[in-house]
Amino acid sequence: MSHIHDQELLMGTDSPLQDNILITQVDKLVNWTRRSSVWPMTFGLACCAIEMMATGASTYDIDRFGSGPFRATPRQADLMIVAGTVSHKMAPRVKRLFDQMPEPKFVIAMGACTVSGGPYIKHGYHVLKGVDRIIPVDVYVPGCPPRPEALLEGLFRIQEKMQRERLLDRTRVGVRPKLLVE
Amino acid sequence: MSSEATSTAALAPGGADLRTEEMLLNMGPQHPATHGVLRVMVRTDGEMVLDCEPHVGYLHRCFEKHCENVTTLQAVLYTDRLDYLTAMGNNWGFCMAVEKLYGPELVIPERAQYIRVICQELNRIASHLLAIGTYGMDVGAITPFLYCFREREKILTIFEHICGQRLNYNYIRPGGVAYDVDDAMLALIGDFCSYFLPKIDEYDDLLSGNDIFVKRTANVGVLSAKLAIDYGCTGPVLRGSGVPRDLRKDKPYGIYERFEFDVPVGSGEHGTVGDCFDRYMVRVREMRESTRIVRQALKSIPGGEIRSAKIKAKIRPPKGEAFTRIENSRGDLGFYVVSDGKEVLYRVKCRAPSFHNISVLPEISRGSMLADLIAIIGSLDIVLGEVDR
Amino acid sequence: MERGAIVAEVRKAFGERITEVDEAALEPFVRCEASTWPDLARFLKERCGLDMLVCLSGIDRGKGVGLEAVYNLERCDASRVGIAVKIRVPYEAAVIPSVETVWRTADWHEREAWDLLGIRFEGHHNLVRILCAEDWEGHPLRKDYKSPDRYHGIKNNVV
Repeated sequence: MSHIHDQELLMGTDSPLQDNILITQVDKLVNWTRRSSVWPMTFGLACCAIEMMATGASTYDIDRFGSGPFRATPRQADLMIVAGTVSHKMAPRVKRLFDQMPEPKFVIAMGACTVSGGPYIKHGYHVLKGVDRIIPVDVYVPGCPPRPEALLEGLFRIQEKMQRERLLDRTRVGVRPKLLVE
Repeated sequence: MSSEATSTAALAPGGADLRTEEMLLNMGPQHPATHGVLRVMVRTDGEMVLDCEPHVGYLHRCFEKHCENVTTLQAVLYTDRLDYLTAMGNNWGFCMAVEKLYGPELVIPERAQYIRVICQELNRIASHLLAIGTYGMDVGAITPFLYCFREREKILTIFEHICGQRLNYNYIRPGGVAYDVDDAMLALIGDFCSYFLPKIDEYDDLLSGNDIFVKRTANVGVLSAKLAIDYGCTGPVLRGSGVPRDLRKDKPYGIYERFEFDVPVGSGEHGTVGDCFDRYMVRVREMRESTRIVRQALKSIPGGEIRSAKIKAKIRPPKGEAFTRIENSRGDLGFYVVSDGKEVLYRVKCRAPSFHNISVLPEISRGSMLADLIAIIGSLDIVLGEVDR
Repeated sequence: MERGAIVAEVRKAFGERITEVDEAALEPFVRCEASTWPDLARFLKERCGLDMLVCLSGIDRGKGVGLEAVYNLERCDASRVGIAVKIRVPYEAAVIPSVETVWRTADWHEREAWDLLGIRFEGHHNLVRILCAEDWEGHPLRKDYKSPDRYHGIKNNVV
């Protein structure tokens, strides 16, 4: 589970009314709700997609961590798991899908291919060498393909990041990697 | 004619009264039902598919170029990522082509042959489980997907014990296999077979006998045997059309001639021969046959070496050209290998079954409803990794 | 009909137009000129019953030899008898007649060979790239191919 404890988030008062009144910061409440229902986009590209499916299916069951409903459309999703090799032919589509997602949005680069090009880095003339060349990535999950546990860990990191968001400060927490291509 | 009958005729699909403006619809490359990054351009009239054209290449990973640049042993790694649901079969297909270059003097040790068969058939089951599960999901049933993954995880655990990977095994190498399998593992595989057979009945209850599922798939996307052969379709797609072609029977490679199994074919039990239901049912029945083969192999697996001593660590295939095919879970997977005696092969061409199977899509989807197009694509069970290579 | 019989039939019907026959090779083949290919293809399908085009492999044979297309044909019955046909063309005139009307699967295979090796198939109804992006330059499986440094402004050769 996430390292943020809910007790810390919702502080009760010492008055006799403590069971009925909760005092918290709006930031924390909003972030808590947001990180407890992350909606990833169904975005399988290659081998890693199969492991992403396994993460969502019976044994690993991503629903336990508040991230169940894989959405088919980017407009309903707030997490993009880029699972699989991105080719040059596919790259403009990935960019467009990312642009269609509403803010705040997060990206997990799943697998060696999306992290850096993976086994295709040297001779793969048609392979994009890392998806961070076209969209900003929040969490990198290496592996070829990564185990479902690794993807879950990636999700926890995203949830931690969500918990650090500030409502008034609209810029995102943490430094986003500089885009190589605008 | 009563007025009621007239209105029914007007509502029939394709009725002249319902003709509307034609529309070009772009499906994919990001679409939950295209099993990856397939893009289909559909020309529709209302909900009818007038024509469609698959666009592939969104996952072109330059497999053949890699084989010309890395050593033969390293190339096995890239074959994993072709049909990533049946990586064992890909390894085997490629290794078989390389082994053929060595000529008949190269004898693969018995134990390795048996391990190859066991792994390949288990992998076939895992692949069909995913095909069936996602096919259920395509036509609106989510439960079978979860059931299928439950069993699939068990197979993946077995593979993980054998070779350390869940998906891309890199296990079958030229001359044998990479590591030996211990007796405890073989016992575990035996247990899995006993556990798995009753589960197939469960799928039959959930999907094959499900009225909604049958209505969604029967008489949809009928592929005639002649058309299937013309388009080079193989595997469950061809067998679903009633053609009993299986390389394990016709041209037994490895040690397949020693095993007893049947080749299931489509019989049109709920509709026409060659419809989506037949293709689906062939896969379900093949899982039973695969379990049968695994059980026979477990009974007679001998001890001994697992790699031929003739193939050294530095693999330099002799000069020559070879073309071999194996029966992978999606059809005939072939490799055309050209070697000029160096450590790096001169040219490798992969004959991918999905490449042929998806090319038949326009022929069988013309005139169907748009929703049926999803059922048809799902029943072809393509893996884009090997379509685009 | 066995493979030997097919070869004999082909030899009888085509005579000198078959330039080479090798039945002892690992993959037995017959070789012909590109101009003979449409007739031979129809003959193999209709008279010899080789109704399935299993594979079309394009090969870059290097300087001085040219490009080669290898067609693996097979009869789709229990015998699974088959033979390969090889056609060699020079780089400057890499043109082979299309056989998409004989075996329909040749359609996509020819597009692939055009895309990756630059063999032009004359008479193909839609000879466009199939795997690489539409505006890709060059034919990647040629031995002298250099992958582009940048594609649409994205750095490509990073190692």
